[in-house]
Amino acid sequence: MSKAKFKNPVVKWIDHRLPIFSFMDHELNHYPTPKNLNYFWNFGSLAGIALVTMIITGIVLSMNYTAHVDYAFDSVERIMRDVNHGWLIRYIHMNGASFFFIVVYIHIFRGLYYGSYKAPRELLWILGVLILLLMMATAFMGYVLPWGQMSFWGATVITNLFSAIPLVGESIVTWLWGGFSVDNSTLNRFFSLHFVLPFVIVGVVILHLVALHRFGSNNPIGIDVKGTQDTLPFNPYYTIKDLFGLGVFLTIFAAAVFFFPNFMGHPDNYIEANPMVTPAHIVPEWYFLPFYAILRAIPDKLGGVLFMFGSIAVLFVIPWLDRSSVRSSQFRPIFKIFFWILLADCVLLGYLGAMPAEGIYVILSRIATAYYFFHFLILFPLLPYIEKTKPLPISISEPVLSGSSPASAFAFREKK
Amino acid sequence: MKAKPYWFKNKRFIIQSCTILSLFFSSQICFAAGEKITYPKLDWSFSGITGTFDRASQQRGLQVYKEVCAGCHGMRLLAYRNLKAIGYNDNEIKAFASENSVNTLNDDGEVVEREARPSDKFVSPYPNEQAARVANGGAYPPDLSLIVKARSDGANYLHALLTGYVDAPTDQKVPDGMYYNKYYSGKLIGMPQPLYEDGVEYADGTKATPDQMARDVTAFLAWAAEPEMEDRKKLGISVILFLLVLTILSYLAMKQIWAPIKNR
Repeated sequence: MSKAKFKNPVVKWIDHRLPIFSFMDHELNHYPTPKNLNYFWNFGSLAGIALVTMIITGIVLSMNYTAHVDYAFDSVERIMRDVNHGWLIRYIHMNGASFFFIVVYIHIFRGLYYGSYKAPRELLWILGVLILLLMMATAFMGYVLPWGQMSFWGATVITNLFSAIPLVGESIVTWLWGGFSVDNSTLNRFFSLHFVLPFVIVGVVILHLVALHRFGSNNPIGIDVKGTQDTLPFNPYYTIKDLFGLGVFLTIFAAAVFFFPNFMGHPDNYIEANPMVTPAHIVPEWYFLPFYAILRAIPDKLGGVLFMFGSIAVLFVIPWLDRSSVRSSQFRPIFKIFFWILLADCVLLGYLGAMPAEGIYVILSRIATAYYFFHFLILFPLLPYIEKTKPLPISISEPVLSGSSPASAFAFREKK
Repeated sequence: MKAKPYWFKNKRFIIQSCTILSLFFSSQICFAAGEKITYPKLDWSFSGITGTFDRASQQRGLQVYKEVCAGCHGMRLLAYRNLKAIGYNDNEIKAFASENSVNTLNDDGEVVEREARPSDKFVSPYPNEQAARVANGGAYPPDLSLIVKARSDGANYLHALLTGYVDAPTDQKVPDGMYYNKYYSGKLIGMPQPLYEDGVEYADGTKATPDQMARDVTAFLAWAAEPEMEDRKKLGISVILFLLVLTILSYLAMKQIWAPIKNR
């Protein structure tokens, strides 16, 4: 631990007994960070801020929400109409979920592009995938709470997936529901879990940060930090950069909250849940659409469920699927092309998830699903045998400090 | 020579990301507009980021609701006191509320009727859904409190639906108790044509054409669905201006802090 000098005697007294100030000084102030991070490295802190925003607005909402099938819908409308600035809190929470996913998806694709999952950051990556999984569970249960038509039918469709499990499927679904259909006990447990899971996420985020600070951030070049000449103290260089990024993010977020608050929602969720009336198309929120497309692409129910969960499960093991020791796509010309194909594939899956499961959409869903798994299970392990990677620079400070001359930046580096 | 900022090299990356995001959003739009039926897009006073409600139109809309729609459709999320927001004073609201009656308990524990007060919610025309269905040949007239938010492109859709009653094509059989509406999905709707020429008599002398009445009642219902809309947009403009200033200042601060590193 660095020997921080604190002037304030109270801080000094506390720090001697409980070194939280030294800790913060070390991890937030002096924390050495690669000097060449680009704006894609803003999305980690943005995700953290989104999480905190969701928790704060969520706690306020829960003070005014009633988890009962007869009152849930009206209690949300009371928040919108009668609670002071309730509409603001709720629209922040509602749109915050979407923006949280936007930020996290960009964060994940940044990790994929720059090989941030590779040694020694495998656990950092795995904890991140775990956070994604927890986020998805939390978001799904949160969407059920307003008890609109999409809440109810989304919950019915997704919980019914578990009935595909052989032998015990039906019993598991009954157990999940706490009854024989999605009903009051389901709503109550979803509220309870929706409240508690974000704090579990906070716990995993703390582990994610501990793992991050063990070796520090990866960087666009993907080579290890060689010494202090390659790094900058986190404060002020990255605190100010994160603040600027936050400003841009909040501006876009505010535009959605204040001017297009229902753009990413579904109109049917402003109709109170009615078990007797099924909506024409049951669609999940946009951030689940790629997974929904994978689910529907497989003609067999159990198969669909396995592939859908498999699409997340495969992310846990990619640190070992990708056999290349070169991290950044900048030096992997073929990998880079396939990265963009993967991204396009995921967007296509998202589009297909919103379309009815018929005709050409089914065929496209199958092709896109096949590509998704091909990318991770076949391309990742095999590509290093085919691909000729570009020579890596000697160090981070070289390309940054040598200004405009790319020649010195890409000086040859002997192979391991 | 000063190097371009390193993030500049990622311009392509940024542009591609933006394209992908916009693709995502457009897919949402595609879904929202999934129905093949197209209806006229009107120029509403409340659309756009500075849009506000037209008070006169809203008040006429309330009259249309009261005289035409309220026979079958409730607005259970709205309280009479909320009408203050569209320009009525306390006495007018009290009088408006008192035309309805609600059940209450007297001191002897008996259910009795009393006049509705401004604090009461709009009284629904039917005591429950079952009664509503029986009175309407099995169809349930939906509550209108949120109808504009509960339909995709709600305001345009509602206006179109209210003015979409035309003669059925000769090959279209219209069963008893159903009506032909060119904007309704499936074309056959349980609601008879509600708006006819001079169906109401406007106090302000506006000519009560079906189109005018449809516009007015839609303006009223748009407010009922989003009573916070004017406050929301007004606050939004201040918040965005504040954030823009914060963002620009933090950008300048960032440039200054990073200058020694970039120019080293």
